[in-house]
Amino acid sequence: MTDGHAESSKKRDEESEEGLDFSPFWGIEKGAVLQEARCFNESQLDARRCQQVITKLLYLSNQGDSFTRVEATEVFFSVTKLFQSNDSNLRRMVYLIIKEICPSADEVIIVTSSLMKDMNSKIDLYRSNAIRVLCNITDAGLLGQIERYLKQAVVDKNATVSSAALVSGHHLLQVNSEIVKRWSSEVQEAMSSKNPLVQYHALGLLHRIKQNDRLAVSKLVTQLSRSPLRSSLAQCLVIRYVAQVIKDTKVDEVTGERPFFDFLESCLRHKSETVIFEAARVIIELNEVTTRELQPAVTVLQLFLSSSKPILRFAAIRALNKVAMNNPSSMTNCNIDMESMISDQNRSIATLAITTLLKTGKESSIDRLMKQISTFMSDIQDEFKVVVVEAIQELCLKFPHKHRILMNFLSNVLREEGGFEYKKTIVDCILCLVKSIPDATEAGLTHLSEFIEDCEFTYLSSQVLHLLGELGPSTADPGKYIRYIYNRVILENATIRASAVCALANFGSCSVALRDRVLTLLQRCLYDNDDEVRDRAAFFLSVLRTIPETDSECVEDPLIYPLAPLEASLRQYLENTGDSAFDLAVINQIHNNIASHPDMHASSFDCPSMNISSTKNDLRESENIITSRGEFMSYGPIFKSCHAVDLTEAETEYKVTCTKHTFKEHIVFHFMCSNTIEDQILENVSVVMDAIEGVEVFAKVSTIPLGTMPLGHFGSTFVSYKRAQGLHPVAKMACTLKFTSKEIDPSSGEPESEGYEDEYTLEDIDVTVTDFLTGNPLSAFRKVWDTLPIENEKVGDYSLGTRESLGEALEAVVGILGMAACEGSEVIAPHARSHTTLLSGFFVGGHSVLVQLNLGMGPSNSVAMKLIVRAEKPYIADMIHTLVSEA
Amino acid sequence: PIPCSKSPTRDPRVRRSLRTGFSHRFGNNTHTSLTSHPSASCITESKTNSSPQVHVFTMSEIPHILSVLVLDAEGKRVAVKYYDEDMTTVAQQMAHERNVFAKTSRNNARGDAEITLLDHHVLVYKFASDLHFYVCGAEHENEIILATVLTGFFDAVSLLLRGVMEKRTALENLDLVLLAIDELIDGGVILETDANVIANRVSMRGAEGEQATPLAEQTLSQALATAKEQITRNLLR
Repeated sequence: MTDGHAESSKKRDEESEEGLDFSPFWGIEKGAVLQEARCFNESQLDARRCQQVITKLLYLSNQGDSFTRVEATEVFFSVTKLFQSNDSNLRRMVYLIIKEICPSADEVIIVTSSLMKDMNSKIDLYRSNAIRVLCNITDAGLLGQIERYLKQAVVDKNATVSSAALVSGHHLLQVNSEIVKRWSSEVQEAMSSKNPLVQYHALGLLHRIKQNDRLAVSKLVTQLSRSPLRSSLAQCLVIRYVAQVIKDTKVDEVTGERPFFDFLESCLRHKSETVIFEAARVIIELNEVTTRELQPAVTVLQLFLSSSKPILRFAAIRALNKVAMNNPSSMTNCNIDMESMISDQNRSIATLAITTLLKTGKESSIDRLMKQISTFMSDIQDEFKVVVVEAIQELCLKFPHKHRILMNFLSNVLREEGGFEYKKTIVDCILCLVKSIPDATEAGLTHLSEFIEDCEFTYLSSQVLHLLGELGPSTADPGKYIRYIYNRVILENATIRASAVCALANFGSCSVALRDRVLTLLQRCLYDNDDEVRDRAAFFLSVLRTIPETDSECVEDPLIYPLAPLEASLRQYLENTGDSAFDLAVINQIHNNIASHPDMHASSFDCPSMNISSTKNDLRESENIITSRGEFMSYGPIFKSCHAVDLTEAETEYKVTCTKHTFKEHIVFHFMCSNTIEDQILENVSVVMDAIEGVEVFAKVSTIPLGTMPLGHFGSTFVSYKRAQGLHPVAKMACTLKFTSKEIDPSSGEPESEGYEDEYTLEDIDVTVTDFLTGNPLSAFRKVWDTLPIENEKVGDYSLGTRESLGEALEAVVGILGMAACEGSEVIAPHARSHTTLLSGFFVGGHSVLVQLNLGMGPSNSVAMKLIVRAEKPYIADMIHTLVSEA
Repeated sequence: PIPCSKSPTRDPRVRRSLRTGFSHRFGNNTHTSLTSHPSASCITESKTNSSPQVHVFTMSEIPHILSVLVLDAEGKRVAVKYYDEDMTTVAQQMAHERNVFAKTSRNNARGDAEITLLDHHVLVYKFASDLHFYVCGAEHENEIILATVLTGFFDAVSLLLRGVMEKRTALENLDLVLLAIDELIDGGVILETDANVIANRVSMRGAEGEQATPLAEQTLSQALATAKEQITRNLLR
């Protein structure tokens, strides 16, 4: 291959020398071509020559040359003269260049009549092209004149004409949707065309015309799913529309079956690969897809994996990669096929194969896999390596026992050549592993300290030094890191030196034994060239000297102020160039300001979207709002936040969602409200909550109302409760939205002065035990298990009824408990009849809860479960059992 | 901020000129014309807008092609066409082409079409001699549909250039290549994928009232006649 490459590049060199002379456009110049364009005005038209000049103009535009409006107008006017010629090839080029020029509204009129004439021509290709050009340059006014012709063209017996009209319809929907909507019966007729592309264009347009009418779409889809269409592209569209309908309808609760699933499955047996793949893709993306539903799709994708066409392999592995994210166990059969793809010629395919394997891999196969990847890593580009490293991080978190081999791999790749992004990903990955796997800390820190010996990136060195300062002192032999750190003080630039000084100081303060040595080293830093380094050294020296000889404490206090308001107040301080010193007390004032001004609040937390969905971002946003409120500071840190729940039906006048935040002793309901109607103002908004169940557990503490419910943004109102300790924390709350409504006078645009009080009943909110339980993945489950008192162990047997597979049963149980699986024990071997999963979590207040879950599958697929729970407090273990038995 | 820069697609006139790719370049580099031409001024504002417009695709949309490119063996443009609202300036397009070329040029895509991901786009490509053909779609697009479009385009050009897939021939017949793109995609919507149909429409077969014979099924004498005409055309240049 290298030979061929060299040869081709040699050939290329020769060509670039000679090639220029032979290029038909060599030495082309815009001015000269514009001159040449005058030939369009001649009375005796030379069709060939005109065609060549048009090509030259298009060449210039295609190469990025720009024309001034005057030049473009001139060209456009002369081009219109060419309609006199009857040469069809020239006419085709005229159509093309008019579309490229995109004349302004007043110029369009000049060609309209010529194009209208062509639209009624006997020649089909003139008709189709004229339609496309006219629709491309027309505006809404002109559209009225040509509408009749377009409607007629949709059902033209010639496929070219019909397609042209339909595709133009797609574009015109954005200009004037009303006109296009009047064509629906013609479009419907075109759908039965024999030409596959016409069918495709007609279906696409028909759906877009009807897409806001859910009933009509559902009817259309039902009808189309009965008989397959001739065009495979159109069939793909049907599949997409079916997917949309499935998404909008609920799973049949009695049979547990999805509507249209049979149709999707039948498309997996279609003769066209495009259709097969579209169906597989859609099945994979279904909400809460089950293993049984996935199976047929995974099987066809597996066949694609061994195709000779790179595109099929790529498509299949990319789809399987998505499956691996949520359902790794459903594709274990594909592992062998994927392993052979690691050496695929196409590196994108190889990378996808590796990352997929890393997701589906079992603990036993890791060693072999890593060996294969090591050889692969040296011959791919950085961007692929980044993806692989990220996948390895996930794998290591899943199988913490394997940290040794994975960490070794990371340190090896860290030593190799690579750009900043790549190195940063590796360092981030090691940082993450060091923090989450205690056993890996020492090895990780050693690798990182070796890395900074020879690191060209200041940013990474500083980050590693900070980590060494943070974690190094608590390791078994902190002394060995001092050398690495001090080397940096001697050899590096000022930024790194300053970070190294901080790290050193941390060692000095935390470890009594090392303090003297650190003091000596810091003393030397006092002679540094850089101000910042000297300042830091002097500061830490004086701090270290004040610490009593025998005490060890950390120098750096954790930041006690919430970050977002701190940042906001610092910005404000910098803007006002006053002489006064910065006052930390301002920070608290700032949050109150943020809270009282919903507009400012919206901009500072950047929540402009009306679209309420329970995504992670929303959750984080809500957490930010909570932590920035002074009122909840005394509750301590948030223990758990639950995804936002809609409390209003879609398309009501108000939109309210609730996010529950659990604290050590409190629970805060955060309601995000927004007004969806422009001509009303809602003021003094609050949510009144009444406990229907669980009155004895929760006692209301406070309600914080919202001044005005903003239009288009969210405003926040809160209700907080205190939880009684030791009781089963379950409750049901009835919620009512209370507000004062003022209408806006449509004539003046001002709100009425008098409003009236109103209320609106919201959906009930449930508080369950899971709100107080979070997952806590452990690397050494057994160790922690043994530390928990055995007398608190509670054992219970449950029957889970008939299940499709153990995986499905496990999913259900883990879903109820919301705890984290440890040591990769959530992966079930295919066809296994029994399985043990280890779950770990925290109950509010920081109490560990561990669960051993034994699943067994009897004859006729009935699943039995034994649940062994250990917790610090016996009542917590009981709670877990109640949770499972009530579910 | 200026309201139209927030959502440049709301004005139908603007949307249309964005759709037609680089065509708006005719006439927006003189300032006097900017004021007299509302759509052009909107485009320049949307360019300066720092946050790129992210078009929200849903699964239920008709497949949308973002760009069709023909580059030479050094990554230079032979013929390109963009239907991407986020890539309207020449600078953005050139940067995209550089990335495309850097990522793909070392691969051997002379047999089967190859594929890769680039900046959240799916890119399918196929090379022949010193010509590189690319079709680019959104990240979530069905890869096989993109491949069908590429194959249709590649084969149509091959038919139109009579199998001589070289940069020089492509430039000599640039009108045919540009027309092939125009017959392949209309404003991002797939217009036709059958190479024979595209080639026939490009050469306006049937327009002169003659019998429509597919290019592949011409008799020898017909082929010779067409070839003769081609040669005369090239000599005349």
